[in-house]
Amino acid sequence: MIELKINGASRRVDADGDTPLLWVLRDHLDLVGTKFGCGMALCGACTVHVDGQPVRSCVTPVAAAAGKSVTTIEGLDGRVGKAVRQAWEAVDVPQCGYCQPGQMMSASALLSRTPKPTDTQVTEAMNGNICRCGTYDRIRRAIGDASRILEG
Amino acid sequence: MERREFIKLSLSAAGGLTLGFYLPAARPAAAASTRFAPNAWLRVDPDNRITFICPQNEMGQDVHTSLAVLIAEELGVPVASLVIVQAPANPAYKNAMLGGQLTGGSTSVRHAWLPLRQAGAAARGLFIAAAAKTWQADAASLSADGGHVMGPGGKRLSYGALAATAATLPAPALDKVRLKAPAAFTQIGKAGQKRLDTPAKLRGERLFGIDAKQPGMVHAALAQCPVIGGTVVSFDDSKARAMPGVRAVINLVDGVAVVADHFWTAKKARDTLEVKWLVGAAGSVSSESVSRALELGTGKAAPIARENGDVAAGLKQASKTLEARYELPMLAHAALEPMNCLALVANGACDIWTSTQFPEGAQAAAAARSGVKPEAVRIHPQFIGGGFGRRLETDAIGQAAAIAKALPGVPVKLIWTREDDTTHDFYRPASLHTLEGGLDKEGKLIALHHRMVSPSVTERAFPPFVQEGLDPFMTEGAANLTYAVPHFRTSVLIQDTGVRVGYWRSVSHALNAFAFESFMDELAEAAGKDPVAFRLALLGSQPRQRAVLTKVAEMAGWSGPASRDRALGVASMECYGTHVATVAEVSRQGDNLRCGRIWVAVDPGIAVRPDQVQAQIVSGVITGLTGALKNRITIRDGRVQETNFHQFEPLRMAQAPRIDVAIVASGDEPGGMGEVGTPLVAPALANAVARLTGKRVRSLPFSAAGVGFV
Repeated sequence: MIELKINGASRRVDADGDTPLLWVLRDHLDLVGTKFGCGMALCGACTVHVDGQPVRSCVTPVAAAAGKSVTTIEGLDGRVGKAVRQAWEAVDVPQCGYCQPGQMMSASALLSRTPKPTDTQVTEAMNGNICRCGTYDRIRRAIGDASRILEG
Repeated sequence: MERREFIKLSLSAAGGLTLGFYLPAARPAAAASTRFAPNAWLRVDPDNRITFICPQNEMGQDVHTSLAVLIAEELGVPVASLVIVQAPANPAYKNAMLGGQLTGGSTSVRHAWLPLRQAGAAARGLFIAAAAKTWQADAASLSADGGHVMGPGGKRLSYGALAATAATLPAPALDKVRLKAPAAFTQIGKAGQKRLDTPAKLRGERLFGIDAKQPGMVHAALAQCPVIGGTVVSFDDSKARAMPGVRAVINLVDGVAVVADHFWTAKKARDTLEVKWLVGAAGSVSSESVSRALELGTGKAAPIARENGDVAAGLKQASKTLEARYELPMLAHAALEPMNCLALVANGACDIWTSTQFPEGAQAAAAARSGVKPEAVRIHPQFIGGGFGRRLETDAIGQAAAIAKALPGVPVKLIWTREDDTTHDFYRPASLHTLEGGLDKEGKLIALHHRMVSPSVTERAFPPFVQEGLDPFMTEGAANLTYAVPHFRTSVLIQDTGVRVGYWRSVSHALNAFAFESFMDELAEAAGKDPVAFRLALLGSQPRQRAVLTKVAEMAGWSGPASRDRALGVASMECYGTHVATVAEVSRQGDNLRCGRIWVAVDPGIAVRPDQVQAQIVSGVITGLTGALKNRITIRDGRVQETNFHQFEPLRMAQAPRIDVAIVASGDEPGGMGEVGTPLVAPALANAVARLTGKRVRSLPFSAAGVGFV
């Protein structure tokens, strides 16, 4: 049994410690907002926060997350999370939407540590997140809007 | 069938009005017959809930909201008030432009444009008639808006309240249905309207095929032969069976499936299988053998897709001739959601939950491999996490059905890994193009001869469409050339290469446009003319094409020769009934190049949802860059060499240019949109590269031609 703190709640899962956090979230805990894209930390679709840091859950053994605080798209909340979701909705960012949970998790991690990112900082933070529909311009716009929302 | 029968009414189980509407087939031959395919359904319940059952599959192209707005506009309700439900596999939902229930070919808005508005208008008329009957009033004195019918003296009844009465009224004839004049549209063509599917996508809700779940569900991973088409000879599954959580190991012949309590267990157990495969002739296919096959094809006689004048005589008359060959590589679809399918076989029926562009094909594939009759196969299409043509194929659906057949009563979800997905795609076909052109003394193009050699997707996927050796999905981008050339011929030869091929966003438009539009610049250079002016001179009879080309040149600040550090390249075409022109900017960045900006002017006739037209063009451009800069699929000993995104890497944010889109809408009918942004990117880039560096890239990707982009 592994003890996890997911979106503020304590959860116990019966999984091997080397099982990627991604599959524990999806198969054991039924949190399917976190997506499988590549399994090699190449696309960012599986991005979650572990103790506030953006992490690729497809290559993170669940044992490494034990006792830490994990946030998924379903639990993305708080000031920054709300601003990101609000901006994403206002800009109508998603097309197919499959990568967007990962994009929003990366963006909210960026804005939490850098509330007013430069274009270069946005690119650096978001370059690991692939969008096959090509919504990059809207993601950039939405991050800018979220940053302004946070500024108040 | 009589036209007045197009619209059928019935009382829904809830006592509301169900309006089914029929779409006359768009193809003239079919239109002359009496076969009309029912297309979609509108349901109005007494509680005022209006449900639009969308026949087309949502893969990001906004089809749910774009089709809903057509019906909402004429029905007189805000589109945001509609509940949208995805249609199951059913002949009622055939796409009349394609002859089957599938989403592809940039057809959704085009084929729905008239019937959905007619359905909305017919329903609105019925509600007015129902109110007239209720109030014993003259229908002409009533009006409808916002989901209500209004009458004299402040009378007002909701559509829901009128539904039961409306369902008892005679169906109106389609030709009696009056449609709004475009000037009266309040929703179609209006900016600032949101997609209805956005909020759910931002909360991580269960939407996609890979998220589907049923009680008691188990998970499957699949070992497939590294050579596509190879079959199982024997296997050792002792290690897999010894792993806790493994439920079954099943020989599917085209693979060995491991079923387990959780996907990760299934995948780990799958990786321990030792399988002997029967490979066959496909094991000798390589990238080199593909090129050789295409090369052989160039010498063969080929069916002519379009011809005017006498191209041989024209070339002889020319004072200057030019010949060039262009080659395009195989590409993977690389949808971010890997192939997957949840299947349940129980009590003589089969249920399939999957993200598919082809519910009808999914039904057939599941029936074939589950042993269940097609009519007992229920398809539950889910949102698609990237289609691009890959999900017109039903291979993974058949596999899931075969696994489920072996485990009756147990829902089983098959998920392919990214490596499975990249190495077992239906690849965009490689193609080889030979072009000859002749210029007269004034440098005007008088003769143009194009020969394309490429494998046919259609021959495998939809064989009846191939007529007299011509695959209509290989002539797109060639037979619809917009330039007036006195002597023109384009021929297209189907040449098998031993590789499994599939439709890839914009299909042959992307192949032929690279060849034609690159060659147009080579001809312009040979003629000593500006590439935009050279093209405009040939577009005298094409005002829409001229307009987008003129517009894009203006947007990009098109002017004479390149500077030392920066150049623009142009390309222009008609694509799925839409006219489009693109300019790419290429600049030097150290030893590499960079595409910093792209401009697109597009005339879709009417832009039903302008914000989403912009989104689709941008999306198409990014797809074009992904397919042009550095990606290709290579094959050695029948095995695809690229496995994951480090070797086949979709464009990332750092390389995404600024993209400016201008919509130059010129008419009242929509053209296609989902694929239009893609095909002109590669030729516009190649033309910019040639103008900047003097190097003409005739073979993609750019990286393989020694042209690196950062």
